[in-house]
Amino acid sequence: MYPHSHHLDDQPILDVRKLSVRYNGHFALEEISFHLHAGERVAVVGPNGAGKSTLFKVVAGVLQPTSGQVNIFGSMPRGHVCIGYVPQRSQVDWSFPVNVADVVMMGRIAKLGPLNWPRKRDWEFVRRALDTVELSDLAKRQIGQLSGGQQQRMFIARALAQEAELMLMDEPLTGLDAPSQEGLLSLLDQLQRQDVTVMVATHDLEQAAEHFDRIMLLNHQLIGFGPPEEVLQAEKLLLAYGGRLQLGEHGPMLIDECCPPD
Amino acid sequence: MSFLLEPLQYAFMLRGLAAAVLVGIVCAVVGTYVVLRGMAFFGDALAHTILPGVALGYLVSGGARDVLFWWALGTAVLAALGIGAISKNSQVKEDTAIGIIFAGMFALGIALISTVRSYAVDLSHFLFGDVLGVSSTDLWVTAAFGALVLLVIFAFYKEFLTLSFDPILAVTLRLPVGLLNNLLLGLIAVTIAVSLQTVGVALMVAMLVTPAATASLLTHRLPVMMGLAAVFASVAGVAGLYLSYYASIASGAAIVLTATAVFIAVFTGKRIYSR
Repeated sequence: MYPHSHHLDDQPILDVRKLSVRYNGHFALEEISFHLHAGERVAVVGPNGAGKSTLFKVVAGVLQPTSGQVNIFGSMPRGHVCIGYVPQRSQVDWSFPVNVADVVMMGRIAKLGPLNWPRKRDWEFVRRALDTVELSDLAKRQIGQLSGGQQQRMFIARALAQEAELMLMDEPLTGLDAPSQEGLLSLLDQLQRQDVTVMVATHDLEQAAEHFDRIMLLNHQLIGFGPPEEVLQAEKLLLAYGGRLQLGEHGPMLIDECCPPD
Repeated sequence: MSFLLEPLQYAFMLRGLAAAVLVGIVCAVVGTYVVLRGMAFFGDALAHTILPGVALGYLVSGGARDVLFWWALGTAVLAALGIGAISKNSQVKEDTAIGIIFAGMFALGIALISTVRSYAVDLSHFLFGDVLGVSSTDLWVTAAFGALVLLVIFAFYKEFLTLSFDPILAVTLRLPVGLLNNLLLGLIAVTIAVSLQTVGVALMVAMLVTPAATASLLTHRLPVMMGLAAVFASVAGVAGLYLSYYASIASGAAIVLTATAVFIAVFTGKRIYSR
């Protein structure tokens, strides 16, 4: 009922080969290939509707690819419980009658197995996860009462309680104020020290360049994947963003309907 | 005192009270998920959809009442899984598909019952319930199936909670999502079958939704919400039956009216209090 993960440690944590996903006749993702090693931190950038969420859902094993392969430590996503998916905040019902600790405990379910109730060990995981994201004081808060940054950190705590080794975060920085963004980015540093591999979808090219090891530039196809200075070049960005990109004197400026440059 | 005690001298009233409380509790707890998952329309449709099954059972058994539960149960489970399957195939929008099937099945039920001469009385019992006609066998069956439903809800508490709050998380935790979804639909179906005699198909959705919605106004924890909903439903069941006894109004309607009044009172009270 609850499969266990099979990790081959000599395999990359994520290996994607010729991955394609088609919706109603057109490609959401087309022939994407890349691989990640443990502890890497990758920003996934691209215009709205470029397939970032689709990529995350396929990697998480939520969506079946039309063709191609996704392997986590050498086997298909469906066999793993080590993939943490942090949803966009707009996708969550914040009036749901649960508190912060309840949500973080949800991450323990796979390890608990059916018909078992949380044990002391599981509460210990929850406590430590909340400590890491600095939400211990708010453990009993209803989730709707949290600020945007706290909501995001709660989901990271849930992924930690899940013992996730690969975290997929869908636009975690969108809509946060500057201090909350800073807090989240320093939390990402901490995850990296714990050898958690992180993929973050973002709209902010500057932040991507500053805080991430590698950048994946996506617009249905994989346009670039590598260190920021290699990927964030005018011609590649033009290819990804088309007319929404303006080349200013300080480098490329993005005119995106979601996040106008400030 | 005699006001409260007088109705209790009748055995049918005692059985009715017991049935109303039992059904109230089961509906309220299951209804919590109906409310949280936005399945009110599904619940309403499912309740109406069992009418042809019940009518068929009624015709086949020659008017006997005690076998109807089993016909209701069979139809409800089949209909729940059927509607569940339709919602996966998106040729037609989900609520449209449910609407078509629900109205069609309901009409079929009415057509079947209309072939009997005592048509009006029988139909009104199916539509609006007849809690004072509950036999002690009915009561035992209600208790047994109600307990089963509550047991399953309790046993899979963390799975249902996670699935309802974040279906994507449920998939990444590799929970058997399809199985759990169908299990929940099955539980709603059993609950509807159990409640048939108390409130009838037309008012069923009120028992599923109203107490749970009332509770949701007052708490931020799911277990508390379930408990409060059960309390509200029990109160509505008992108060509604007294209302029915003294005001001589239909029992199902009286129960639902009481539950609605409690909802309005809590809703208004909360608005005033939070000002």
